[in-house]
Amino acid sequence: MIVASPKSVTELKNLVASHRKVLFVGCGTCVTVCLAGGEREVGIASYAVRMARKIEGKPLELTQITIERQCENEFLKDLAEPAAKADAIVSFGCGAGVQAIAERFPGKPVYPALNTQFLGILEEQAVWTEKCLACGDCMLADFGGICPITRCAKRLLNGPCGGSTETKCEVGDGRPCAWQLIFNRLKSIDQLNRLETIVPPKDWRPSWHGSPRKIVREEHRV
Amino acid sequence: MIELDREEPVSASPAARWEPRILAFCCNFCAYAAADLAGSKRMQYPVNVRIVHTPCTGKIEMEHILDAFEKGVDGILVAGCLEGGCHFLEGNLRARKHTGRIREILDEIGVGAERLKMVNLSAAMAPTFVERVHEIVETVRALGPSPLRPSNRKESAGEL
Repeated sequence: MIVASPKSVTELKNLVASHRKVLFVGCGTCVTVCLAGGEREVGIASYAVRMARKIEGKPLELTQITIERQCENEFLKDLAEPAAKADAIVSFGCGAGVQAIAERFPGKPVYPALNTQFLGILEEQAVWTEKCLACGDCMLADFGGICPITRCAKRLLNGPCGGSTETKCEVGDGRPCAWQLIFNRLKSIDQLNRLETIVPPKDWRPSWHGSPRKIVREEHRV
Repeated sequence: MIELDREEPVSASPAARWEPRILAFCCNFCAYAAADLAGSKRMQYPVNVRIVHTPCTGKIEMEHILDAFEKGVDGILVAGCLEGGCHFLEGNLRARKHTGRIREILDEIGVGAERLKMVNLSAAMAPTFVERVHEIVETVRALGPSPLRPSNRKESAGEL
């Protein structure tokens, strides 16, 4: 899922400083699961920003709504009515959600309430780690299901480097050496022979380095 | 969520007669029983405190506390069981994390973290309950009225 982290209350307050009627929009998908932009987080942020504005003597008329998914136009229909009454919209979705709302409501300022971080998984309660860079050309089959592009600090395709110490990456922070994980994993599935193949330089063209990507699948179009 | 509309009698000069209004969220298994015991023992503590009976401090949502502050309470005491003594194992530990986060928010928006305090005690610790109530009342009295009290706000509705 997409993992995001909330901006500070001060940042949120500054974003809407020039507005008096604001709509806070939560997203019920990824950012709800990562406890950053769901109904609860929107509620707590609303209390904080509203109180901050009251103290400044500039009360804020704040409406909250959380929709199923901000990144799908279908669900944005529910925003039409509350958005019409607001001077500005603050999206608690990922970057895609913010942009989807901005496209849908061209006449309204739309601000992001979150910092979108990465594609990752929940390791334990309230701990998320990055697992995928969305490079567009998945090589996980070659590496036993562990992505060196994302999880090796040097993005080595023929690792490990000489910097790992006792299974830990030299970059620090207690992070495991991705290539140690790859070795362990290939050993456990009896595919260590994969390491004998030299992996050629990665083709980065399918990644975002060229330009924003677009996928069209004709078989599903109507 | 929390009903705070019943104001104290207001004098001609509210500032001079201001008294802190404190909410105490008390866990059923410790602080609430300690408050009850304090009453049974005729122990005296300030009348500024309104007790809210909760099943466990872990059940107090952050929104409950923020809602009370928004409605103008001057301070909040969250009173849970001693660490390791929670009836639900770790409700009080969760409450401590939640109150810690709300304290950060209160500081950031200018209300002040000191207005929210969490304490741990057992059902037998009536004197400690009374002591903690005195402490929060004195702390909040020194801080003055909450900037969110309706009478204390310099709202200039209509202009930004």
